[in-house]
Amino acid sequence: MDGVHDMGGMHGFGKVEPEQDEPVFHEAWEARTFALCWAMRYTGVWCIDQGRFAREQLPPAVYLASSYYKKWELGLEKQLAELGLAGADELAAGHALRAGNPLKRKLSVAEVPNVITRGSFARPAQKPAKFKPGDRVRTKNIHPRTHTRLPRYARDKVGVVEALRGCHVFPDTVAVGKGEDPQWLYTVLFDGRELWGESAEPSLKVSIEAFEPYLEPA
Amino acid sequence: MEQKHEHHHDHDEHGSELSEMQLRVRALETVLTEKGYVDPAALDAVIEAYETKVGPHIGARVVAKAWSDAAFKRALLDDATKAVLALGVINRVGDHLIAVENTPKLHNMIVCTLCSCYPWEVLGLPPVWYKSAPYRSRAVNDPRGVLADFGVTLPTDTAIRVWDSTAETRFIVLPMRPEGTEGWSEEKLASLVTRDSMVGTGFAKQPGEVA
Repeated sequence: MDGVHDMGGMHGFGKVEPEQDEPVFHEAWEARTFALCWAMRYTGVWCIDQGRFAREQLPPAVYLASSYYKKWELGLEKQLAELGLAGADELAAGHALRAGNPLKRKLSVAEVPNVITRGSFARPAQKPAKFKPGDRVRTKNIHPRTHTRLPRYARDKVGVVEALRGCHVFPDTVAVGKGEDPQWLYTVLFDGRELWGESAEPSLKVSIEAFEPYLEPA
Repeated sequence: MEQKHEHHHDHDEHGSELSEMQLRVRALETVLTEKGYVDPAALDAVIEAYETKVGPHIGARVVAKAWSDAAFKRALLDDATKAVLALGVINRVGDHLIAVENTPKLHNMIVCTLCSCYPWEVLGLPPVWYKSAPYRSRAVNDPRGVLADFGVTLPTDTAIRVWDSTAETRFIVLPMRPEGTEGWSEEKLASLVTRDSMVGTGFAKQPGEVA
């Protein structure tokens, strides 16, 4: 979706402000939110792309005004409500008002060391890769209202395939419950001027990780 | 911070007033626990892992090894997932970890313009600035300006390559080894490797900057 989360190239957000000796979490509730999101994803009720899509669908003003973990918390509430796992009435009451739904699994202390790293998104290929390193490609001019990982600034641009990165779960379908539909993934490299015009820094090159359905031959 | 997380039922109650988010998240955790979806002790363990076990010290060891061992460096640049696993500093790496090398001619910088994708397994959770709108918006079209915000100036003849982490592939920058570190042990070299140098928003420290 063409949301405010798709920030590449936008102006007006000001300077980057690094913080010296930044803690992993600034507030206890941030840590709890992080862990709650992790534990709920572990139950198998949704996948990482559905979590991202939930946050992208927050109202733009809310998205921009919320801290990182507040977005996670709001996205989590939204997903829980949509799937009927926990209602707004229960969150307001601060207690469960109904029994929980049966879930596939529950994160235990013993399982934590095995799951704290990222999951695996590689999948067997359904067909041969259409492109190879060195091929010129044009990204499609798509504007789906649903989740996509093709950023706006890199749509309808000509680049070169730099590397083939294997076959992976396709975020665009899995985020909307239409299955993993594994797709080949490529690193596609663009000249800064192709993306930003004459004002681009002359030496700049930018790459995206592009799934095959985003690309056509150029 | 760590103290606060150890007992989730009473965290932050030493403060006089609970913030809206503290109340909201406490209610959420209570509901999800009562419904049998989550175990608070497992939440504690997740938090503890990210506060104490996973972090940029892992990436620093990988970089120090690459600076010290030419064969490892080649293996790392060829297939970082495999090389990092073989090093044994962690027992699991995401499918595609990719290491990119900074040189006097080419400076690599990592961003996720769409959300916050970051190589957690080697760098831990990303800092706030990495997830912020200024960084996500400007890294892809004003990288020198972003570097200036970090107090970093690149030579004008150094080309810039920005990697936007738009899929589940993850990137770590292999920064340039500082001069004057010949003969240093891997452990001592690792002390020069900053998180920012592995994201491409900084350089490794100079020998004089560490004790």
